[in-house]
Amino acid sequence: MNIIRPIAAPGRPAAATLGLVDCDIHPRCADLGEYRPFMTDAMWHRLTTYGIHARHGFHKGYPFPKAAPLASRRDAWGPQGQPPASDLGFVQKQFLDHYGLDIGVLNPLQPSGQGDVNDELSAALAHAVNEWQLAHWVDHDARLRASIVVPYEDAVASAAEIRKRAGDGRFCQVLLMSRTSEPLGRKRYWPIYEAAAEVGLPIGIHAFGFSGNAMTNGGWPSFYVEEVQEHATSAQAQVASFVVEGVFERFPSLKIVMIECGFGWMPSIGWRLDNNWKRLRDEVPHLKRAPSEYMREHVYVSTQPIEEPAKGEHLLDAMEWIGWDRILYASDYPHWDFDDPRIAIPSFIPAEKRAAIFGGNARNFYRL
Amino acid sequence: MARHIVAAVDEIPPGGRRLVEADGKKIVVFNLGGEFFALLDRCPHQGSALSGGILCGLTLSDEPGKYHFSRAGEMVRCPWHNWEFDIRTGKSWFDPQRTKVRAFPAHVEAGAALVEGPYQAETFPVKIEADYVVVEV
Repeated sequence: MNIIRPIAAPGRPAAATLGLVDCDIHPRCADLGEYRPFMTDAMWHRLTTYGIHARHGFHKGYPFPKAAPLASRRDAWGPQGQPPASDLGFVQKQFLDHYGLDIGVLNPLQPSGQGDVNDELSAALAHAVNEWQLAHWVDHDARLRASIVVPYEDAVASAAEIRKRAGDGRFCQVLLMSRTSEPLGRKRYWPIYEAAAEVGLPIGIHAFGFSGNAMTNGGWPSFYVEEVQEHATSAQAQVASFVVEGVFERFPSLKIVMIECGFGWMPSIGWRLDNNWKRLRDEVPHLKRAPSEYMREHVYVSTQPIEEPAKGEHLLDAMEWIGWDRILYASDYPHWDFDDPRIAIPSFIPAEKRAAIFGGNARNFYRL
Repeated sequence: MARHIVAAVDEIPPGGRRLVEADGKKIVVFNLGGEFFALLDRCPHQGSALSGGILCGLTLSDEPGKYHFSRAGEMVRCPWHNWEFDIRTGKSWFDPQRTKVRAFPAHVEAGAALVEGPYQAETFPVKIEADYVVVEV
């Protein structure tokens, strides 16, 4: 009577025959002091005296309040009240062990220094977060990989941080956000791509960030539900910018993955770009091929939050266009819109394609 | 359907809930102002435990800009994706016909009746002078 067992029994998706790789886990520091050992006295003083200033005017905190505390699953706090994904032991128990993950990619979000208006603090925090990922996470669990957090508005400092990590297999990608002060294809960001190509790492672009601009082309929306839908449009702007500016012509080995941006929009911008390129090709003669060809060679997507159309064939059509080898499973643990790997990837997707989504594609993309 | 005595009434105060097991199923029992309702403790979306969700009311609108809040504490939201379910029926708000969590009949019975009735034996003693929540599973 009244014996409470865990609701969902542990287990991994049966279709994960090529392994289970999650490309979107969000570790969080329990408090900023965890970064202190990895910062200079001067930058720690600046952080603790003047604080973090996102590129967002006088606004503090999230652009829009989240639908859940710390944007997290309500069961994600540890047994001693630890904040979501701040305690390795609890993350292992609730997530890594529970689902039998083989590899998990860490994508630290705020406070990470990304998008801060102060370039020096941005660079110092990003460096500290990288060291912290190793010291608190990756060095204690061989399943985890770190992302190189870079102060992307300062591309030269970003490139330096990337080169510091050259050859360190504990890092598997360079992490950018989807809201940046200019479209990411512009030349001011190219030192980041040059360094990433040099060290042989792909670029992960995660939804959110602080651009300094309103988050929609039409200004500030009224509702959080509009913000979460807007990720699709900022992702479209970034993919179009990468393609049209010629980043993939200049850095032919570079690959990017759009994380937590959805993917139903991918065919649409491919069609529109191709259509307009046929008419306006001479404006962008540095493009040697149709825009969609660059997309289908260089751009990857992650699943969470996966589109859930009423007709499964609509999802299959979008995935087919993107390419079954370019879709990566993501959980977004511990956030409230988390996707359970056993349920979120629907069974109407053929088993061998699910296997690629769960593990094979990520192993190729990240060279795991 | 077998009847299961799942708790003494005073163990689930108004606004409270309790996760119980009956017939091998995990069931969350809610007390809405003295009325008891029982739902399967599994969201039909991705399977999270509804017993960990917050309670909310029903926010409705006749037109943009006009909002009405009612039925405070009678909706439970999934702790993961925030889907809203009516505790009285188990139906989701956004798709009540097709998306619902299984609801089980629940009611209160006096201990005096229960000690004689054809109920599933439970592991706690039933006192004649107390009232109990009975769920039909």
